[in-house]
Amino acid sequence: MSWFLFIILAVFTLGGGLGVVITRNVVHAALFLLVSLVAVAGVYLILFAEFLALVQVLIYGGAIIIVLLFAIMLTRTAEYPYISDNRQWPLAAIAAAGVGVVLGAAFWINGVSQSTPNSPTFSELSNSLFTRWAIPFEVASLVLLVALIGAIIIARAGEDSR
Amino acid sequence: MPPVGWYQIFWMVVGLLAMFTALATVVLSLVWLERKTLGRLQLRLGPTRTGPMGLLQPVADAVKLILKEDIIPDSSDKAIFWVAPVIVVVSAFMIWVTIPGSEGLVLRNLELGLFYITAFAVLGILGLVLAGWGSANKYGVLGGLRSAAQLISYEIPVIMVVVSVGMLAQSLDLRVIVANQAQIPYALILPLGLVVFFIAGLAEVGRTPFDIYHAESEVVGGPFVEYSGAHWSVFFLAEYINTFAIAALVALLFLGGWSWPWQSAALSWLPALPPVAWLGPLLSVIWFLIKVYAVILVVFWIRGTFPRLRIDQLMAFAWKVMVPLSFYSIVITALYLFYDWPAWTLTLMSLAGLAVVGYLVYRRMMAPVRRVAEVKARQAAQLAERRAAREAAARQGSR
Repeated sequence: MSWFLFIILAVFTLGGGLGVVITRNVVHAALFLLVSLVAVAGVYLILFAEFLALVQVLIYGGAIIIVLLFAIMLTRTAEYPYISDNRQWPLAAIAAAGVGVVLGAAFWINGVSQSTPNSPTFSELSNSLFTRWAIPFEVASLVLLVALIGAIIIARAGEDSR
Repeated sequence: MPPVGWYQIFWMVVGLLAMFTALATVVLSLVWLERKTLGRLQLRLGPTRTGPMGLLQPVADAVKLILKEDIIPDSSDKAIFWVAPVIVVVSAFMIWVTIPGSEGLVLRNLELGLFYITAFAVLGILGLVLAGWGSANKYGVLGGLRSAAQLISYEIPVIMVVVSVGMLAQSLDLRVIVANQAQIPYALILPLGLVVFFIAGLAEVGRTPFDIYHAESEVVGGPFVEYSGAHWSVFFLAEYINTFAIAALVALLFLGGWSWPWQSAALSWLPALPPVAWLGPLLSVIWFLIKVYAVILVVFWIRGTFPRLRIDQLMAFAWKVMVPLSFYSIVITALYLFYDWPAWTLTLMSLAGLAVVGYLVYRRMMAPVRRVAEVKARQAAQLAERRAAREAAARQGSR
């Protein structure tokens, strides 16, 4: 049962990812990304990580895709509905191949461990997040904050020069 | 995952069908109630012709909507135009999987129920944005942008208040949250949470003071501008289901859900009468529905009395009032829990926060009035001065 579900979800994940790259319409690409991300949430569900699955739906499926669409709609996509061809695809291919090699090597060296899935309760998860992993957690949020402020500064800088 | 047999799948399907039917009935009742309430508020009668007291009016409305021609604009993005209503209505129904109607009346109780609800409520926003974009209409796009901005902003206070309620109950399981309110409802312990959740919830479902993204006089229906017939009625259905969901959540999180006053005393003699053992659960469902419909009536009352906000006022209200207030509620809840203070301190702290912010909002709202009064006073002073000068000149001339 779980293998069957995994294969379905994997097809959706990879198909969505492929759709993001192949489709010529930016908004369709965002939708394919949504399919892929929600399918990943399903994979988490198979692994008994309900909280992670819900976070995936809330953050990626909801917020990130909505912000992406918001940005797309603020640009002039109605006039230019197609992605312009640029010369970056070899770079992208090299980056993707590199990530693939690293992931493959990691699996090759470590092997896929047959650990029994256990689902930590919500309180266990939050306890470990805010005690043992508190500093990485805070650093991650700090990185996001820095990115946010940086984006505002970059946007405002263009405004001042005018 | 526990082994899933055909038996469970069969019962899941039956449960889902029962849920759809119940929600459709609820939507019909809400449409009737809204038309009647608004009518009474505006000194009208509301529907009276179709059936007794106009009770068949929502049925007539539904039949009319479905029989209407379903127009799909030529230049629209067909796939997105079709997918958007599906996303909206699926997320609206998905929420109800875990909202309990009473202790046993729930399709699938989840340990992370509240979190699940917030996660799937966000997916609904996506449908609105896509609907606006896919219909290839500038009012649609404007409405879509507005809905994205508004709903994402008001999502934050909703989630933060949910977090503070979860902290109070030490659980995100809705049944546990209700069980914790058997003695005192959280509305009395954390009134701030109730106010913030209710206002932000109204904004989340786009009810009247916050219906900027589908305001008829500004963006002609916003994301729904190109939708008609059955497609439009799907959005309509989702809006009413979401309104009902927000009311149900207010009742569950703050008004004590299905627990009624002196419940323990009542329960102690109820099972003593053997033939009415099912009376307890039935009473709790009825009590829950009474609470939910009371909240719904407040929602309709607000719709009948409040004018619509402007978009910049709306966003300023979200980020300058609602978000800080919701963070304040988390901080005071944490203080209360950490130092183990008595419950009335939390009530006091949240009331103090509400009073301060309410006064500030009132001052801000009254600013134009004050300015007009200032200008008028200055004009009056100038006038008096000029008259005095003229009189003085006249006196000098006559001398």
